[in-house]
Amino acid sequence: MDANLQYSDEIYDSSRRPHPLIDEFLSLWKYRELVYQFTARTITARYKRSVIGVAWTMLNPLATMIILTLVFSQIFRFRVEYYPVYVLSGLMAWNFFSHTTSASMGEMIWSGGLLNRIYVPKSVFAVSAIGTGLVNLGLSFIPLVLIAVVIGVKITPAILVMPFSVILLSIFALGVGLFLATAAVFFADMIPVYEVLLTIWMYATPIIYPLEILPADLLWLFRLNPLLYLVQIFRDPLYLGVVPEWRVWAIAAGFSLTAFLIGGLIFTSKTNEYAYRI
Amino acid sequence: MSTLTASNTAAIERQPTNSHPVISFENVAVLYRVPRERVSGIKEYAVRWLQRRLSYEEFWALQDISFEVKRGEVFGVIGRNGAGKSTMLKVMARVLHPTRGRVVMRGKVAPLLELGAGFHPELTGRENIYLNSALLGFTRKQVDSMFSSILDFAEIGDFIDAPLRTYSTGMVARLGFSVASCIRPEILLVDEVLSVGDSQFQEKCLDRMNSYQKQGTTIVIVSHNMGTIQNFCSRALLLEHGRTVALGNVSEVIQHYTG
Repeated sequence: MDANLQYSDEIYDSSRRPHPLIDEFLSLWKYRELVYQFTARTITARYKRSVIGVAWTMLNPLATMIILTLVFSQIFRFRVEYYPVYVLSGLMAWNFFSHTTSASMGEMIWSGGLLNRIYVPKSVFAVSAIGTGLVNLGLSFIPLVLIAVVIGVKITPAILVMPFSVILLSIFALGVGLFLATAAVFFADMIPVYEVLLTIWMYATPIIYPLEILPADLLWLFRLNPLLYLVQIFRDPLYLGVVPEWRVWAIAAGFSLTAFLIGGLIFTSKTNEYAYRI
Repeated sequence: MSTLTASNTAAIERQPTNSHPVISFENVAVLYRVPRERVSGIKEYAVRWLQRRLSYEEFWALQDISFEVKRGEVFGVIGRNGAGKSTMLKVMARVLHPTRGRVVMRGKVAPLLELGAGFHPELTGRENIYLNSALLGFTRKQVDSMFSSILDFAEIGDFIDAPLRTYSTGMVARLGFSVASCIRPEILLVDEVLSVGDSQFQEKCLDRMNSYQKQGTTIVIVSHNMGTIQNFCSRALLLEHGRTVALGNVSEVIQHYTG
């Protein structure tokens, strides 16, 4: 056997750990291969048994877009220029958020059997949910750009800032996901409650309708929604071809980091209890 | 209590690792809190909390456990069902955090507790080796370099690229043992693991454990089988209702248990 395959000097001392948040981070780094394995497993499991495989990830938003475009242009009859791109880019950001946060919560509960049997950093489930979401987001980005080009949206260098939008979106989703995962361990009905909440949240966010149709005196209420900004920094660079002003970025980043810190602190403060509770 | 802990901590850093116990338990206790009635909903929980009616069945799975295991020792844990043996292994494996007391484990722990706990039936043997290694905290590089030795040891042959659901129980156990033990760990936790697989493979597992032990690996074995404990262990601990009843020389502890 290879001599350099020896373990390094590891010491586990139950009473002398660094701050839980730091401990979790260090442990997660050590188990980074597991994040990759979980992400790869979810993605291959999803595509292995379906006939058209990866195409689903691209067809699903397309179908939703066509339906919504028909509904909103024919029935509600408000005019938004390049509406298909408006709605599709908004939906992509939203789907990323809703899928990753639900998955963080679900994976944590479903892997209870694992947490009871071997040690793994508990945040590995939430982080790999983000990983899976990023892959899917990347895949559905291809049809989005194609449609934009086909219907005549002018693509500008502004789309180069979109990776930063995705990073902020991911940090926000991770924070919310960690918080939900903690809550779901303690309250079994968290999953259905969150489903209802997501539906309300989606309609409270300008995804399928433009901000302008909202009553002016209620606008302040809608502006309390973090996703309004996070969707905006994702949508504007492609749809309008402009980089949003710095104030929008600052608000989006503020919400993301706050969510991440709160979610991370709550999640890690309960790390020692999960194996007892699940 | 706190001053005692502080002085211990200082001592740990000054001395070389070899002179220290590899495993040390100091007044370890584990408390399970089982809700008396199942309160699962948020609403129900809130109502009960307001009424102060949240009652739990408290159950000490381990109480006041203190012992040390030195480098290269083979340590046996015996006791009846429900005595706390598995809980103790879970505390060592870092699955359960002790409610009270302190646990120190010096060196990488290989838990041969639930072999193949992370196996996925739809994935192939090959994919499962990578998944399971990651669950045990190995890096990609480590798995790549030990892949062929895992394969050799497990004797899976051409099944390596077939989904795990096509494997026999024995094959799954072999693969699990092979992955978990492929790098010599400092501490090996064994929970009735030798009851799986055929006798020839059991022999192979024992050989590997013996050779690791000669190289300095510390082994903790939990078993109902007094023969196993008598044959392998130098010292043992007898648990009863989560408390230490006897600790020390293996023959004496076994006598305490059977007599």
